[in-house]
Amino acid sequence: MAEARLEHVSKRFGTTTAIEDISLDVRDGEFFVLLGPTGAGKTTVLRLLAGLEIPDAGRVLIGGHDVTGEPPSARDVAFVFQQYSLYPNLTVYDNLAFPLRSPGRRLPEIEVDRKVNEITRLLHLEGKLNARPTQLSGGQMQRVAIGRALVRRPTMYLMDEPLSSLDAKLRAELRLELKRIQEDFGATILYVTHDQTEAMTLANRIGVLRQGRLVQVGSPRDIYENPCDTYVATRLGNPRINLLPRSAFPDLPAPANTATIGARTEHLRISKAVNRTATDGKVTWVEHLGDQNHLHVSVGGQDVVTLTHTEAGLAVGDAVTIELSQPIFFGADGARVSTGGAR
Amino acid sequence: MAEICVQHLHKSFNGFTAVKDSSFAVRNGEFFCLLGPSGCGKTTTLRMIAGLELPTSGEILLDGEEVTFKRASQRDIAMVFQLFALYPHMNVRENISYPLRNAAVPRPQIKRKVAEIARILRIEHLLDRPVSGLSGGDRQRVALGRAIVRNPKAFMMDEPLGALDAEFRHLMCGELRALHDRLRATTVYVTHDQLEAMSMADTIAVMNLGVIEQMASPQEIYDRPASMFVADFIGSPPMNFIPFHASLCGGETTVTIAGAEVPVPAALENVPEADLVLGVRPEDVILSDNSVLRGEVYGSEYLGTTQIITVRRHDAIVKARVPARVAVKSGENVGLAFKPLKISLFEAASGRAIRTSLHEVARHG
Repeated sequence: MAEARLEHVSKRFGTTTAIEDISLDVRDGEFFVLLGPTGAGKTTVLRLLAGLEIPDAGRVLIGGHDVTGEPPSARDVAFVFQQYSLYPNLTVYDNLAFPLRSPGRRLPEIEVDRKVNEITRLLHLEGKLNARPTQLSGGQMQRVAIGRALVRRPTMYLMDEPLSSLDAKLRAELRLELKRIQEDFGATILYVTHDQTEAMTLANRIGVLRQGRLVQVGSPRDIYENPCDTYVATRLGNPRINLLPRSAFPDLPAPANTATIGARTEHLRISKAVNRTATDGKVTWVEHLGDQNHLHVSVGGQDVVTLTHTEAGLAVGDAVTIELSQPIFFGADGARVSTGGAR
Repeated sequence: MAEICVQHLHKSFNGFTAVKDSSFAVRNGEFFCLLGPSGCGKTTTLRMIAGLELPTSGEILLDGEEVTFKRASQRDIAMVFQLFALYPHMNVRENISYPLRNAAVPRPQIKRKVAEIARILRIEHLLDRPVSGLSGGDRQRVALGRAIVRNPKAFMMDEPLGALDAEFRHLMCGELRALHDRLRATTVYVTHDQLEAMSMADTIAVMNLGVIEQMASPQEIYDRPASMFVADFIGSPPMNFIPFHASLCGGETTVTIAGAEVPVPAALENVPEADLVLGVRPEDVILSDNSVLRGEVYGSEYLGTTQIITVRRHDAIVKARVPARVAVKSGENVGLAFKPLKISLFEAASGRAIRTSLHEVARHG
């Protein structure tokens, strides 16, 4: 059963169309990530589900109920924002207990205590219960903010780039924690981000948004390996997929209407050229990036970027041969061209 | 263009030591990065070179000339800041030409110079646009243009890309480096972002608590970190650390960790019995069924070409970067092996790297 569903939802602000005819299911227990650049409509989708915006067209369903016209308070969702908003005058314990003591959903104190302690353990905040938010690091504060959402068991959680204000190391740590907590809880989460690493590592399924439209939905692997167009292909993968003109590889068998060849690291075999030929490439730059090395090769005026090991022993100026194995083909309009038939 | 030489530089503010006995040289035409966490003293160092801050002691030489206490305006150094300070009421051309007009350079010369800069920065089409409507990247290009236009001896850049979003920042890194290759201007660049430093610098100085912990090429720093601080600061995810207790004799090529014999580069020094640490990069960890060293899979993160597997042991958390096609499940017990020639060894107490054949390779290679 779907926990949340958008049916043909559109939303405009003045003359700007924020989202256009979006239909989307978030399944029970699923971690669904909406990925897109600034202005793609990600946050609008979240706000529509939370009831902070009302759609111009279409229906919004949560837990099977049509909530399209319902106010936020009538929807059983918890929202985690990019900026952790904690009560500075309350201890960590009281911040976490706050949603359980709210007038509408007040629980007995013994129950509150049990739930706060459970969440504290899960988030590794045991020693911090009596601290005030101002005494915590950024990462701890964001964990408390996430904990405050998790302490209730709403139908679903809505998260708006909750890790983006943290530094890289902490972000990586919390990413792993969030995924683990979600699995332990079986929580249903709709999470929006512009960070492809977050999308890839957290999601059961990713929805790629482009200018208010949902262009592709699928598992991270599915979207990475089978992008529906060049836009989606360039959203995932680091280094970014190489989009090369068909004419750069005239000998490569490809479907008839191929205009662009998409080649990722795993589609490229690069080796030192033995006999120099016209199709040889030249190494222009070996970029050491800390987590990986990017090899830049110039071939027929095109820059090709791929992952490389230092052991490969390639240096700037080396002549190399480039072989492609099972790359991805796109037509002139950017849409994927099926390899069916062509070999 | 210029060579910068910093000798025994020291700076204290009201009893707090920001920079401690720092000495280094920036070669003519070099792209030199000061890298470290906030508060490590990198910006203070940069500001002392530019003349915006005076050292407590030490010397700064610019092209052999002592400039330690000279005014910033007398040093012929251009600063580029994180927040591109542009004049909002001037258009792009006026912003770039400002330093020349200020110095009363003849008009035809200004015109020629601005055109040249605009071409180098690829902003010719923007010259007559107001700066207010420009994107973050274009604003940064204009700010660079204004710094470049007066041919200073050196550039000081203080996190110039810090305000841009991650994807665009990487693009600008490539552009800045390409620009440097064209101009070959001596550049000192301050950042806390290891990715920026790794992708652009000829030489990186990693700073911690006012002290330069290591100064070397990006690859050297990555492959042979001089300390645990450097090993942990560089790399994403950073180097894995596995503690063990042992003594080392010169020439020894294995260490024992929790009963498992682990091959390592041959030690080049004798280390009396102490708490030691084995350091290994995620991409040098191999999941190997028959290894004695084991752990439990805590999670995996799919990244497309590769994935990061997090393995938990009683003594450490080990992250492995392996091809995405390798299938592992959470909770699974896996064996860990390491590429022996890539391992670093450290003293736990000081964090200092122990000299091994890893460092010999460096000298010969």
